[in-house]
Amino acid sequence: MTAWIDRLKQGLARTRAGLTDAIARVVGRGPSLGATQLEEIEEILISGDVGARLAAAIVGELGARLRRDGGSAAAALATLKALVAERLAGCERVFGLRQDGEPTVALVAGVNGSGKTTTIAKLASHLRERDPSLVVTLAAADTFRAAAIEQLTVWAERVGADVVKHQLGADPSAVVFDALERARRRGGVLLIDTAGRLQTKHNLMEELKKIERTVEKRLGRPSDERLLVVDATTGQNAISQASLFHEAIGLTGLVLTKLDGTAKGGVVLSIWEELKLPILYIGVGETREDLHEFSAREFVDALFGS
Amino acid sequence: MFDSLTSRLNAVFSRLRGKGRLTEADVAAGLREIRLVLLEADVHFKVVKDLMGRIQERAVGAEVLESLSPGQQVVKIVRDELVGLLGQERAPLSLDRRPAVIVLVGLQGSGKTTTAAKLALTLKKDGRKPALVAADVYRPAAIDQLEKLGGDLEIPVLSERGGNPVAIAGRALDWAKENLRDVVIIDTAGRLQIDEAMMRELEEVKRATAPDELLLVADAMTGQEAVNIASTFDQRLSLSGVILTKLDGDARGGAALSIRAVTGRPIKFVGTGEKIAELEPFHPARMADRILGMGDVLSLIEQAEEKLDQKKAEELAERILKNRFTLQDFLDQLLEMRKLGPLSQILDKLPGAAKLKAASPVDESEIDRTLAILRSMTLEERQNPSIIGGSRKKRIARGSGTKVRDVNQTLESFEQAKRALKQVGGKHGKGRFPPDLFKR
Ligand SMILES: Nc1nc2c(ncn2[C@@H]2O[C@H](COP(=O)(O)OP(=O)(O)O)[C@@H](O)[C@H]2O)c(=O)[nH]1
Ligand SMILES: [Mg+2]
Repeated sequence: MTAWIDRLKQGLARTRAGLTDAIARVVGRGPSLGATQLEEIEEILISGDVGARLAAAIVGELGARLRRDGGSAAAALATLKALVAERLAGCERVFGLRQDGEPTVALVAGVNGSGKTTTIAKLASHLRERDPSLVVTLAAADTFRAAAIEQLTVWAERVGADVVKHQLGADPSAVVFDALERARRRGGVLLIDTAGRLQTKHNLMEELKKIERTVEKRLGRPSDERLLVVDATTGQNAISQASLFHEAIGLTGLVLTKLDGTAKGGVVLSIWEELKLPILYIGVGETREDLHEFSAREFVDALFGS
Repeated sequence: MFDSLTSRLNAVFSRLRGKGRLTEADVAAGLREIRLVLLEADVHFKVVKDLMGRIQERAVGAEVLESLSPGQQVVKIVRDELVGLLGQERAPLSLDRRPAVIVLVGLQGSGKTTTAAKLALTLKKDGRKPALVAADVYRPAAIDQLEKLGGDLEIPVLSERGGNPVAIAGRALDWAKENLRDVVIIDTAGRLQIDEAMMRELEEVKRATAPDELLLVADAMTGQEAVNIASTFDQRLSLSGVILTKLDGDARGGAALSIRAVTGRPIKFVGTGEKIAELEPFHPARMADRILGMGDVLSLIEQAEEKLDQKKAEELAERILKNRFTLQDFLDQLLEMRKLGPLSQILDKLPGAAKLKAASPVDESEIDRTLAILRSMTLEERQNPSIIGGSRKKRIARGSGTKVRDVNQTLESFEQAKRALKQVGGKHGKGRFPPDLFKR
């Protein structure tokens, strides 16, 4: 057993090179792509968390297209990127501000540690950069995790936002109720920070629904954005996250965080295919500047490591 | 989304029922299914590939045991391989030095701070005198978080706002001695394994504290990157083990296999909830079942045995045998079940439960309602339900915020349960509810 692990370890150590390098190596071996090379490309996609089924489908399509167009191996990478980009068509969307004088309300949800609070701070900073006179209110509706309120308060000061908070253990819907009052008086944007919750926890998902109902009751309409924050390091479980959060509150889009690491976040491809949830932003670090609008083209380039 | 692996394999192997041995072609067909299952569970693709080779070797020509279908036979071989790779049962912490030092490291958001508090509580329960050290000086309010958790557990926390993590960690040992603490747990900031400056900081923390345990805290939902993360942390810091967090969700947890394969380090604990008490020893067999999507039956049974009050259970069995099961027992039993967590979570641990849940979702609010109704009864009513007439029903409905209709339904469920228990009571001793009591 130990010898086997050692061998595997060495094999795994060689995985680091970028996907483009890997693909270049694969396609560089001959004038056209054989079954082995296609299989290797499939593995490259899988290693970016694209998922085995989708990777197989994409590679199947690649093979078919190369046969049809008689494309050379050298053209394979471009064809592959185009294929993935086509699948992502329509998944970009920007955060819209209401123009009718009503406050824009965004509910931000996700599993524990995905980056919700940091994303809210970055988003507040980003929106205020676009419009320095924009009033931003943050609702500290994570009343569960120790010091979550303090964390949001520190960020609010840093990015020049106002924060509405109650005590640890308070009813999050009550916090949101007060925050809505404040936002209606002050206008601008209200960003609601919620406690992390695993999508399978019935009671916690009910709590989240109740928060959204509070918004609906108070404003007579749903929140303008219901965003799921997904950690790019997550594997196939992100699909379950997206579908169950979507089922609970009807998501309007995703934010994909921690793309400054080595993870590619390829699972959002499946989420897009299955649920058609657009991706608004990506997080690329821990400071207020580290939020970018999502670009499908850049995402595809990054997926293949260039 | 998945049928259970066994049933999928059985379909593949249905042709060869009755043949005595698995042929190469049979095994290849089965392995394609297994490969998909493992990849969808986020096991690293190279680990999968390697496993496939080993399983092929073992399975081709293997005798199909009398008691198993060919599909089950292959699953058994796969499972054995996974269990072997996942490592030993119960890898304890080695904390002989006084004070001993534990350092927790990992990516951002993997659960280090919560895990630090969980470890502290576990050690405290073991009779140790733990202390916590806040060496995450970067994330806003990370220090407050650890102080709050420590405060709740009455465990001292060393912190210094604006301090330097290496210096704080370096002081931890002397501070622990002064405060008569015999183990310190150092919570470090989350960092990416490719962040050179931050990784160097950890090397310095290690040098300054010579930890007895240096544990990687990793999220069970991690995808293919688990390999790169774990191998870099291990190469730079030489880990002593791993703690896998957020296993209370529906992540299949293939990262556990990837991490084991690439580091060879033991997984020492798993985090199974947000509550500080929710830290459990790692069980390779259960993890293998989970990765294969076969359900965590063993774990559920063990948990049930631990948490259900043994004496009460015996008393209950007595009553059932004598057919004296009352509404009070019904209430006690419901409350005991609640200790295991919401029913939906209990179901998550059973094989095939996903399908079952979709077909007939468990209604938690139904249970809540039943509990409220039972609690609104007097003890006398619970012990002797036959006295509950119309006016009592109205009072109970008012008290529990329900309708008389609901009270009637509860009484009916109770009668059903009683009948069902009477039938099984003699056989099993311990009473259990008929499984479909709370499903619609
Ligand atoms: N490297 C990196 N870290 C991030 C990013 N977004 C958040 N984090 C970190 O992830 C950790 C958890 O973030 P937090 O916002 O508290 O998560 P929450 O529990 O979902 O609110 C913190 O240490 C953040 O600094 C990102 O885009 N990149
Ligand atoms: Mg938060």
